[in-house]
Amino acid sequence: MDWAIVIETVIKAIVVLAVIAGMAAFATYIERKVLAFMQRRLGPMNVGPHGILQLAADGIKLFTKEDIVPQNAVKPIYKIAPVIAPVTAFTAMAAIPFFPEFTLFGYTVTPIVSDINVGILFIMGVASAGMYAPLLAGMSSTNKWALLGAARTVIALLSFEVVSGLALLAPLMMIGSLSLIDINDYQIGGIGSWLVWSQPMAFLLFVIAGFAETNRTPFDLIEYEAEIVSGYATDYSGMRWGLFFIGEYANMITISFLVSIIFLGGYNSFWIIPGAIMILIKISAFIFLFLWVRAAWPHVRPDQMMWLCWKILMPMALINILITGIVLI
Amino acid sequence: MFEVIAFYTFSILTILMFGIVVLSKNALYAMSALAGGMIFISGFFFLLGAEFLGVVQIVVYSGAVMALYAFGMMFFDTTRDVKENIQYKKILYTLSVLSAVLIVIIMSAPLFSANIEAIYPSMVEGVGNTQMVGLVLFTKYLIPFELAAVMLLVAMISGILLVSKRMEMNLTEEDNYEEKGEII
Repeated sequence: MDWAIVIETVIKAIVVLAVIAGMAAFATYIERKVLAFMQRRLGPMNVGPHGILQLAADGIKLFTKEDIVPQNAVKPIYKIAPVIAPVTAFTAMAAIPFFPEFTLFGYTVTPIVSDINVGILFIMGVASAGMYAPLLAGMSSTNKWALLGAARTVIALLSFEVVSGLALLAPLMMIGSLSLIDINDYQIGGIGSWLVWSQPMAFLLFVIAGFAETNRTPFDLIEYEAEIVSGYATDYSGMRWGLFFIGEYANMITISFLVSIIFLGGYNSFWIIPGAIMILIKISAFIFLFLWVRAAWPHVRPDQMMWLCWKILMPMALINILITGIVLI
Repeated sequence: MFEVIAFYTFSILTILMFGIVVLSKNALYAMSALAGGMIFISGFFFLLGAEFLGVVQIVVYSGAVMALYAFGMMFFDTTRDVKENIQYKKILYTLSVLSAVLIVIIMSAPLFSANIEAIYPSMVEGVGNTQMVGLVLFTKYLIPFELAAVMLLVAMISGILLVSKRMEMNLTEEDNYEEKGEII
């Protein structure tokens, strides 16, 4: 076995981990600023210029806060549960091609940790295993609100996985491959060949399901303060609580990458803009969309969410697959 | 070299996890260990080059089946140990040890292990294993596949029939009636 490939993979994994964790932390700052802008406030202003060092302040606070474990909790599970969220979120990123290939000191780098043939399926599967974090947290902390939050999480994630899976099926039928690199190469012919034009329905459904799977606002009923205090995270404090949110923001970034690569042309270069800049623009736009929706929309009730999922989105996804199949044949 | 290291790591972890499932008296430990064990099993599929099956293992067993188990667990107090009620301990242990030994002997005996071969080895060259699974499933194994689908449908319909006594009633409507104090 070639040692070079091992070292390369380890370096890639560390870089992805560091950069995405940094982006996730930075996203919390951006989120506050964008929400403040939309609500005509200033947001964090005091720590550093325009509050940019608020990140460091929050980090220090989270790390030094007392770590409380409730007396009657099932302690090992209670302690493991928050780790699952970032672990699954970062594992899912192993199959994402972040940028186009580039040459560094005469060595061609493919910015993907592991190019497996079933990339998209791997990402969806591992990300769906991330529901164990809220589930185990809720069940081990022996708290009614936490248990209710956990139950809501599992229902929401299981239902919307169906929608996102079915929505993805239609574009995958056109492409005929599960590898994200193939999906990206399919749309190489400029803005006209982006899949969002031929599969607008799948795009919409996948984005809606993405909001539900990352627990973002119209569907963030798993920690709905007005009803269940803070859901599964009620008993957590300090860094353990922070880990859940690193996982959530990392999932947001994953979903943004997936949408950009599958529907919006991925990292293909556009006009004079190189591909790497292109995908960064798309991802930033998507993160902004996440925040915008949070500022603009209220929560939905759990029953409304289930109704939306099973009575509207799922039939629409099935009809979309049917139409795509007929057109393809 | 790396395959060997990975194989032994995954084997040890899998056996450890399923050991916890069997030996632990706490339902929550058993459940989490089962979910973890399912994920470690998918490691073997990846090692053997069957990425598709590995991912399906994660999606189906850890993602869906275990979540449904977890729903069942929510009706119990999972923080307390389960009291097991075993009457004939000696018979139970003898039988389980005997059957385990028997399976190991059968699988490792040269008669059996030498004769294992794929009945339908990959017929088409140059396709990935996702396409291969599809080809085999819809040609050689079409009838078992369809039969399994019908069985699942039967199970689903009977499940719906068992839980739904009053299908014509809407849950939210019922709540509204109760608030008004009317009896349906």
